[in-house]
Amino acid sequence: MDNKTNNALYQQHIISISDMSREMLEFIIMTIEKIKRQKICSLLSGKIIGSCFFEPSTRTKLSFEVAVRKLGGTTIGFDNGVNTSLKKGETLADSIKIISSYTDALIIRHPKEGAARLAAQFSSVPVINGGDGANQHPTQTLLDLFTIYECHGRLDNLTVALAGDLKYGRTVHSLVQALSLFNTQFIFISPEELAMPEYLLSLLDQRNICYEQVYSIESILHETDILYMTRIQKERFDETEYKYIAARYILDKAMLTKAKPSLRVLHPLPRVDEIAPDVDETPFACYFQQAENGVYARMSLLALVLNKIV
Amino acid sequence: MSDYDSTDLKPGNGKSLQVEAIKDGVVIDHIPATQGVKIIKSLNLFASKVRIAVGFNLPSKMMGLKDLIKIEHRQFNEQEVNRLAIFAPNATINVIADYKVVQKTKMSLPSSIHGLFICPNSNCISHNEPVTSSFHLSERQGQTILQCHYCEKSFKLDIFAEI
Ligand SMILES: [Zn+2]
Repeated sequence: MDNKTNNALYQQHIISISDMSREMLEFIIMTIEKIKRQKICSLLSGKIIGSCFFEPSTRTKLSFEVAVRKLGGTTIGFDNGVNTSLKKGETLADSIKIISSYTDALIIRHPKEGAARLAAQFSSVPVINGGDGANQHPTQTLLDLFTIYECHGRLDNLTVALAGDLKYGRTVHSLVQALSLFNTQFIFISPEELAMPEYLLSLLDQRNICYEQVYSIESILHETDILYMTRIQKERFDETEYKYIAARYILDKAMLTKAKPSLRVLHPLPRVDEIAPDVDETPFACYFQQAENGVYARMSLLALVLNKIV
Repeated sequence: MSDYDSTDLKPGNGKSLQVEAIKDGVVIDHIPATQGVKIIKSLNLFASKVRIAVGFNLPSKMMGLKDLIKIEHRQFNEQEVNRLAIFAPNATINVIADYKVVQKTKMSLPSSIHGLFICPNSNCISHNEPVTSSFHLSERQGQTILQCHYCEKSFKLDIFAEI
């Protein structure tokens, strides 16, 4: 793919994976690959990026700020909405009008769903969604897609298993949305109470994508290319129930003896105990590489929205 | 007299179940049964002093049962037609002048609606900001689905019934 032409993302907002076509996703992945190879460049030189964290998220904030610096730009902003105008009752619309007038692009993280879409409506510069409530976190999805691509050299015709909390996890929802454009075969592994929502299953039906729902990780490892682990949150169950349920969704090294050799394990991190530390040393573990890719994914998106040619 | 309801309103026993004819105004025909009340509420038709004649649960060859609303001295603007279409995507609007149908419009589901419903998601940003609500409409298994432009959550039309 030729990145020199048709950068459709130039001066555009990055709000939601549901806005993106397969071609767009491929274009971004190719750009991430290129940026990762170059490591350092000056595509954001002289640019000021507004980093607007209306709720704290240390990991996402660090990753974005490193991305800006590696591209030669600088960030201004805040990381706790409570200390800012939000507390004084200012609308998000007003905050965004003002901050966008100071900056070349905005990163926004907000506890309410739809905040990034709304911000884009009032911003004079491109807005990149760093997470809006339970809705979308497109840079996470893009780094996940890129890591899968990096592990297997393709996104088509892979068997992708997602395990843990599939009901509330926005990360898995967006990833399923995106991968369903690539003829993926899905395996969903979760307790019944935390199963993949109906609207996503009907999306998969519409797109003629195969999926199965199972209750144990071990039984599918021999046929799986990507195992995407997520955390089951304690709050969803009472304590004894939680211990019993969570125990069935833990991956350890011993289980991996049955795995397909090319299997790669991903996790959006932070993990608690759903992946035992002894998995880290196996060639299956890819979650730290995935976290590192977050920087390259964010570099690429910033570069694309602020440069005609990347 | 026009033929907008002549066939559908007469059940098989031949006994007429006519909703009184109007001289000038509109007739909304082929409304799914039970949706007539919602349309009257949504378009705030009781607020005006115009004459309204309604028929609920009328027999219909096409639909089994249907609702019908006749409103005197009234026209609908585009916004109102869109509202109508949400509740009755297959309805027909007949414009009546001097007891004759002068215009017949078949509804179709609009692709989006603005400012009509409040988003049912309490954590949606649209509630406390200077924007009008906005939903993308689609049909899934015969059900009208509204997806919020902002929070991207999808809702079945029934959820909005009491709003
Ligand atoms: Zn909403």
